[in-house]
Amino acid sequence: MNAETRNWVAIGDLADIPREGARVVKTDRGCIAVFRTVDDEVFALDDRCPHKGGPLSQGIVHGSSVTCPLHNWVFDLATGLARGADEGSVPVTAARVENGKVLLAADDLARRAG
Amino acid sequence: MEKKKLVVIGNGMAPGRMLEYLFEKDRDAYDVTIFNAEPRVNYNRLMLSPVLSGEKAYEDIITHGDDWYGENGVTLHKSAKVSEIDRTAKTVTAENGVSAHYDKLVIATGSNPFIIPLPGKDLDGVLTYRDLDDVEKMLEAAKGGGRAVVIGGGLLGLEAAAGLKMQGMDVTVLHLMPTLMERQLDPAAGFLLEEEFKRRGIEVRTKANSHEILDDGSGRVKGIRLDDGTEIDASIIVMAVGIRPSSDLAKSVSLDVGRGVQVGDDMRTNDPDIYALGECVEHRGMCYGLVAPLYEMAEVIADNLLGGTAEYTGSVTATKLKVTGVDLYSAGDFAEGEDREEIVLRDAAAGVYKRLVLKDNRIIGAVLYGETADGPWFFDLLKKQSDVSEMRETLIFGQAYQGGAPLDPTAAVAALPDDAEICGCNGVCKGKIVNAITEKGLTSLDDVRAHTKASASCGTCTGLVEQLMQVTLGDAYNPAAVTPMCGCTHLGHSEVRRLIKSKQLKTIPAVMQELEWTSSGGCAKCRPALNYYLVSDWPDEYADDYQSRFINERVHANIQKDGTYSVVPRMWGGMTSSKELRAIADVVDKFNIPAVKCTGGQRIDMLGIKKEDLPAVWADLGKAGFVSGQAYAKGLRTVKTCVGSDWCRFGTQDSTGLGIKIEKFMWGSWTPAKLKLAVSGCPRNCAEATCKDIGIICVDSGYEIHFAGAAGLDIKGTEVLGLVRTEEEALEHVVALTQMYREQGHYLERIYKWAKRIGYDEIRSQIMDDEDKRKAFFDRFVFSQKFAQVDPWSERVSGKDKHEFKPMAILQAEAAE
Ligand code: SRM
Ligand SMILES: Cc1cc2nc3c(=O)[nH]c(=O)nc-3n(C[C@H](O)[C@H](O)[C@H](O)COP(=O)(O)OP(=O)(O)OC[C@H]3O[C@@H](n4cnc5c(N)ncnc54)[C@H](O)[C@@H]3O)c2cc1C
Ligand code: SF4
Ligand code: FES
Repeated sequence: MNAETRNWVAIGDLADIPREGARVVKTDRGCIAVFRTVDDEVFALDDRCPHKGGPLSQGIVHGSSVTCPLHNWVFDLATGLARGADEGSVPVTAARVENGKVLLAADDLARRAG
Repeated sequence: MEKKKLVVIGNGMAPGRMLEYLFEKDRDAYDVTIFNAEPRVNYNRLMLSPVLSGEKAYEDIITHGDDWYGENGVTLHKSAKVSEIDRTAKTVTAENGVSAHYDKLVIATGSNPFIIPLPGKDLDGVLTYRDLDDVEKMLEAAKGGGRAVVIGGGLLGLEAAAGLKMQGMDVTVLHLMPTLMERQLDPAAGFLLEEEFKRRGIEVRTKANSHEILDDGSGRVKGIRLDDGTEIDASIIVMAVGIRPSSDLAKSVSLDVGRGVQVGDDMRTNDPDIYALGECVEHRGMCYGLVAPLYEMAEVIADNLLGGTAEYTGSVTATKLKVTGVDLYSAGDFAEGEDREEIVLRDAAAGVYKRLVLKDNRIIGAVLYGETADGPWFFDLLKKQSDVSEMRETLIFGQAYQGGAPLDPTAAVAALPDDAEICGCNGVCKGKIVNAITEKGLTSLDDVRAHTKASASCGTCTGLVEQLMQVTLGDAYNPAAVTPMCGCTHLGHSEVRRLIKSKQLKTIPAVMQELEWTSSGGCAKCRPALNYYLVSDWPDEYADDYQSRFINERVHANIQKDGTYSVVPRMWGGMTSSKELRAIADVVDKFNIPAVKCTGGQRIDMLGIKKEDLPAVWADLGKAGFVSGQAYAKGLRTVKTCVGSDWCRFGTQDSTGLGIKIEKFMWGSWTPAKLKLAVSGCPRNCAEATCKDIGIICVDSGYEIHFAGAAGLDIKGTEVLGLVRTEEEALEHVVALTQMYREQGHYLERIYKWAKRIGYDEIRSQIMDDEDKRKAFFDRFVFSQKFAQVDPWSERVSGKDKHEFKPMAILQAEAAE
């Protein structure tokens, strides 16, 4: 499905998320971490590290990766895959920015719910 | 018997080396006094160019610091230019009136830069290139930007030009001769060098004869006019056209002087009690301008001073240019001649040019450009006058091609004979280095430098020395003596810290750009480290980058395994009260905090707090007067105390009071790793001060300060820093020590590791013995506290970073459908 035909849910302004930082979106099925990179790209991952459940939203964002605050696993924000020697992946929710608003893909959210 | 008195005039590289030789052989033969016209200790003059370019700091190039003079009992008079020698009374007197008696005198006045007698030569902004003051003037001028004109395309002129360019100035080099460095290079290599400089954006004008330096009307330089009428605007002019031995002083007391102070092979002047040493010397008609020969002279004099009969018979020299990225080596005589043959190798694509000049099957000259690894090998053949006819065909390809398959560089070094010279500046041969490594068990480059001097001067043979260590130690050698900070850079913490200062880098992106980080945004290892270095080095200018801090320091609480947080308020010196305890009890009830615990740091930890609740918890604690205990910080944590003289029957001083005083003074400061202190009221040491980063043991006569203990991953008792009399002194010493650590520590390096790395004695001498240094450290700490001592909890209660604690949005299931 391409971006145009998807349904999107607005969750707030890009400016609400610090550059190289993240904010949390609470859902019934656990939290989503929404990251903003240094060049204003946004990515959304489940806020739960596959290692021992660390909150990825609390990690350090560098380039297009985040380092988990508990034991330093590093994840690619775009794919949710662990980098380096560690193996694991975090579910991704498609995210984009339009007119300064951050949007998450409704069907990804629904899949999480399902 | 009273010791004989040795006086040295001039504190340059040559006498520095001479004294080392002397003390090595006999530490007690002489009482030594040195007069130095410069206002400082001894430094490596060769390294002024890296200081100019910003690649090194002055501190990095000091060869003999104040402590060296102290340890060796040498009296150093700084800013004391000797103006009189009385050969009958055997005294010397400086312009500032200080005088000294000698039994033996060494004149080592170096040389003076030659100033072309052009109109305008005395204007403001006309500089020379000889000492640190000159470099400082150039750096100052470079801040204003504009164009620098360097007169002279020799070694010094080109190093100055490259440095000024790196400092952001436009640069023009004026050179009288048709090609650069014509005394060391043949025209072909001179041309390649000129092309390289042009590629770097440095304008080079050869055959350029200066006519007049132009005045802007106020006595300052505004430009220069050449003989052909061309005018070039300039904000500074650097004259680097050669040096003249500084021999006026010797001449004024009727010592024999030609171009320089004349000496015999025993290095004595015509007065048997007066030696001359270094660039001011004329020996067998030769004056030298490179350090290698001067070091040889230094050794001869040291021997003679102790009654030996060593002789100096002259030197052959080789030259290297120390401009980063330019490889150039030359030695000997390379003029053409009927009785000479030459071998040339050119590789235009690789920018390589090599030429050997042979006479009677012996190398008499070598010029290498673009690839210089074989320089020392050729130079060795040249000095030994080896017959090269056997290897004539492959000679130019270098040592690796001699006999059989080409060797890799390490194998080539392994194949060198023991007497092959590795370090030209210091005349250190392979055998000496290998012996030092094996006999003294050296494992790091710094150790090898310290013991053999190899690569300690101009540094261009560092690669060879490292290969030699590799060959000698095999796998035991870990070249990562500089371990890179992380995968984003090849630089180690020390270099990064140094470059942040010298290049004045004040943001994380600036560091990454200038130091050529290989990742775009760093990683979770380097970003917090850089953030700390910048906070510590530029306390008033740098805006702390919260996104580069670990979560605990970002939200000022400790993250727990389930994603909740723990909160530890400060209890100054471990003291508390019913009011504080009541406030904590209320907070625990109100927020349903699941666990409360006394920590190992004499305070109370509330564990399992939800992130959203943190600001409200802090607000309540704040009302009771609590501030953050920074239990999460790479910064000051706790100052543990015991009850001390207030209560304890053994207490000698008010340990509780002093601990509180120190904690109130130092809280909020960031340090390379966490910092924990303790103050015990007597040597029974109930506050466990002797395993802390810094500890104080109170005794009847005052306060014994300890440092560099550990009781975590490693266990280590503290070292004693020293004893002070009053509380004020104790505070000052502790604070100064902390600041020294703040400025030098590597990120995450606890005090005990830092102290081991730089030496306990070094720390003692700077903090206990050097009052000026201590005060300066203290003052810098106080200055940085202005920006650091803000309670992060109250800041956040009043709204700072509120986004951290609230979700961005709450989505109900419907919204996602
Ligand atoms: C709470 C406390 C244990 C306790 O219940 O008593 C504690 C708890 C933690 N310590 Fe500690 N240390 C505590 C006193 C100590 C002490 C004893 C002391 O301070 O007198 C030590 C030994 C002394 C020392 O510092 O070396 C200590 C040596 C460590 C170390 C090993 C450090 C080292 O370099 O050797 C770590 C790991 C680290 O820092 O990398 C550590 C790390 C931790 C961390 C931060 C682990 C982590 O990274 O999450 C724990 C956080 C728990 C929390 O959220 O509060 N803790 N820890 C103590 C808090 C003191 C305070 O009031 O601030
Ligand atoms: C920028 C630069 C780069 C260089 N690069 C190289 C290189 O790569 N390789 C190399 O081999 N050489 C190099 N040299 C040359 C090398 O530095 C000198 O050969 C060496 O420093 C000379 O040592 P010295 O002890 O004779 O004199 P100096 O080191 O010049 O010391 C003389 C000292 O005596 C003091 N003095 C003079 N008169 C008096 C007086 N009357 N009373 C008291 N003090 C006095 C001076 O202030 C000075 O501090 C370089 C020089 C410079 C300036
Ligand atoms: S010793 Fe320290 S780091 Fe280890 S479990 Fe206990 S509190 Fe945690
Ligand atoms: S929980 Fe994320 S690395 Fe361990």
